[in-house]
Amino acid sequence: MDKLKIQIDGKQVEAEKGEYLLGVCRRNGFAIPTLCHNDQVTPEGRCRLCVCEIRWEPGGRSRIVASCLYPVDDGLIVETHSDKVMLVRKTVLELLLARNPEAEGLPELAAEYGITKPRYPLDTDYGKCILCGLCVQTCREVVGVEALGYLMRGVTKKVGPAFMEPSPVCIGCGACAFVCPTGHIIMTEQGDERKIWGKTFKLEKCGKCGRFYAPKFELEWMSRLTGVPYEKLKVCPDCR
Amino acid sequence: MDFKALQEKSRREYQARLNSEVPVIYVGAATCGLAAGAGELLKMLPSELSALKLKAEVVPVGCIGPCCFEPLVDIQKPGKPRICYKQVTPRILKTLLQDCLVNDNLHPELALGIVGEGPAFRGIDGIPLLFDHQMLKGQMRVALRNCGYIDPTRIEDYIARGGYIGLEKAFRMKPEEIIDWIKKSGLRGRGGGGFGTARKWDSVRKAEGSVKYILCNGDEGDPGAFMDRSTMESDPHSVIEGQLIAAYAISSGKARAEGYIYVRNEYPLAVKNLALALEQARQYGFLGKNILGSGFDFELRINRGGGAFVCGESSALMRSLEGKAGEPRQKYIHASDKGLWEQPTNLNNVETYACVPEIINRGPEWFAGIGTKGSKGTKVFSLVGKVNYTGLVEVPMGVTLRDMVVKIGGGIRGGKKVKAVQTGGPSGGVIPESLFDLQVDFDELARVGSMMGSGGMIVMSEEDCMVDVALYYVKFLEQESCGKCVPCREGLRRMKNILSRITEGKGAMEDVALLYELGQAMQIGSLCGLGQSAPNPVLSTIKYFRKEYEQHILEKKCCAGVCTALISYSIDPQTCNGCHLCEIHCPTGAAKGEKKKPHVINQELCIKCGICCDVCRQDAVLKK
Repeated sequence: MDKLKIQIDGKQVEAEKGEYLLGVCRRNGFAIPTLCHNDQVTPEGRCRLCVCEIRWEPGGRSRIVASCLYPVDDGLIVETHSDKVMLVRKTVLELLLARNPEAEGLPELAAEYGITKPRYPLDTDYGKCILCGLCVQTCREVVGVEALGYLMRGVTKKVGPAFMEPSPVCIGCGACAFVCPTGHIIMTEQGDERKIWGKTFKLEKCGKCGRFYAPKFELEWMSRLTGVPYEKLKVCPDCR
Repeated sequence: MDFKALQEKSRREYQARLNSEVPVIYVGAATCGLAAGAGELLKMLPSELSALKLKAEVVPVGCIGPCCFEPLVDIQKPGKPRICYKQVTPRILKTLLQDCLVNDNLHPELALGIVGEGPAFRGIDGIPLLFDHQMLKGQMRVALRNCGYIDPTRIEDYIARGGYIGLEKAFRMKPEEIIDWIKKSGLRGRGGGGFGTARKWDSVRKAEGSVKYILCNGDEGDPGAFMDRSTMESDPHSVIEGQLIAAYAISSGKARAEGYIYVRNEYPLAVKNLALALEQARQYGFLGKNILGSGFDFELRINRGGGAFVCGESSALMRSLEGKAGEPRQKYIHASDKGLWEQPTNLNNVETYACVPEIINRGPEWFAGIGTKGSKGTKVFSLVGKVNYTGLVEVPMGVTLRDMVVKIGGGIRGGKKVKAVQTGGPSGGVIPESLFDLQVDFDELARVGSMMGSGGMIVMSEEDCMVDVALYYVKFLEQESCGKCVPCREGLRRMKNILSRITEGKGAMEDVALLYELGQAMQIGSLCGLGQSAPNPVLSTIKYFRKEYEQHILEKKCCAGVCTALISYSIDPQTCNGCHLCEIHCPTGAAKGEKKKPHVINQELCIKCGICCDVCRQDAVLKK
């Protein structure tokens, strides 16, 4: 199939039909900031940092789109750092920094865009969660469990297990804590116990090296899902 | 029964009611009427009639529009036209039954007008025609054609007034031809955006898919807007027929069609009347298999919405229909290609569908002959706020705002000065008096920074504070934002805080600049229409009423006397006669004084509720 020809910041590049703009930009070395993007999950366009300005003819009418889920097409003209784009990115970063001043990585990213001190009063009650939704999506799309979701709506929106009670379906895999970009989700381990989202899991000991490596509940779930006998799963990934 | 026979039966029954040997009493019993007291009237009618030993037919009808005159009761005596009476209390109803039905006093002073058209209905006993009333004169009924005339719970009433003729005609046309007619008519979506209806239908028709979903958006949620509720309650079949025609035009010969009407659950009467209408339509063969012998199959169901404003946004509505949380989705791939359950989906608003049968029935040229160059036909507005006559009005596109306010609305209550009109609900903007000569249509409203929206029109007077108005809408939207994307969720919260600060007299001039900058970013950066249009109330008030912002910030003054932190009440000792009323009513004991001597207000205790001002008969309480 013929390649699509698109122009990014004045440079001609090629793309495949069905590709999203963000991927095309990054592959060609154009830096686009994101906070809610992960290649492993479906893009949802929550953070709005990846916006770009597009038009179909030089000097024509432009539009701001979220590049993470904008499907490219032949002849597209893209600006990755136009005035409008910068206005949206700076606004988003300033709003987020005011909401989550402690979020890991956020002050550094905001500083890259010249934002060090938000013009809004700093919040203290949202923790480090910027509501990127990666934990929810990873749990659903990658792990296949759906222990996490969104609670409430709008400014009171939160991520977590239903009713913020320990979830009966959570397997304690910790994937949510792993993908969380800001360090909001806390997972702790002590001895043979792992704690996450208010639920405590007993850990299994590796048959070979003897270290605690995974919740028993998770291994049972994997065994049921794959048909591999539980005993065979009792070896940690390093010793397999 | 075939369609012809059903039509004849329906017309016969309808005529029989018009020429009834016994009096017919019509009670406007849509939600608006019920709220004004029509329920009580309906309840007392049987016993009152039997006490007077009178036989009469009681027909609950929908809403004819003039809310300010509700409850409305129409009385039709044998050989006399149907006379509409306004603001009927139980006491007035008793008087009317006695004087009008038993004796022959028609009480012209209580009447609003004669319902009906044509020479047969001219000037009876000094009662004018209803549609000669100032509020109704400039109106033209297309979408509301049956509202208030028919009993919405009887399909026969709808059919008698020309119902389902459009559908029957459509079945004799090619689907492409129907879409072409809609295109020629110039019909644009009444839900707010004003997208060409034919263009939408055509793309859904052309999209690949084994099933085509035909949806109706009845999730009307703008504060102060109620045209869709009234249509669904008062004339549910007009919506169903429109949707049937759309389904046939879009899917026939291409795919299977299925439909849903998405109605908010806060509209229980609309849900009830629609459900009943669907049942009757099914019973008479307008839904189901081989409709009217055309070979076309279509099924239509109701889906109740759980009360989220954002679910009126098309992609959120579809997620909600799927049983998921109502979060909008980015629409780079249109719903016409991948909508509900990833299938080609057509979503139109209640009013859009209600117009369709008339267009098919009377031809596209007729519809295109009404309105302005870019916006054809009529539009229903809910005209509310500080005008004398409030209610639903349907006017040709292109009527000026001034005519809406002065003629149809009857001017401002209490002779106050008009300040602005807010159109388009929370997504719209405020239009100042200086622009009142603009012709109301999709493009003109957008040009001045507002929008048509679904048709809310709130008239504001000198007693409305524009900063407070902006704050009201921002508060509403902050509550209703789904919270998915950052600019809308966080931006609205910050806008609210800044605006609150300004109304409390704690604002700075930088705040206005920040509001403007934030608004610009939200408009281009938000994910869905809710966030993109959310700054409109703020940006339009800054654009046209910057002075009021400056007054709040620099002079710490609210000229409308709305922002309580910036006003104070005092008593003019020259005017006060010491009647004591203010002291009796003051909830905090701030207003005090000896009898027959001037009273004073203790500013420490005053909570600025304004009750003293309302109760004072001497106008001695001053608001500054």
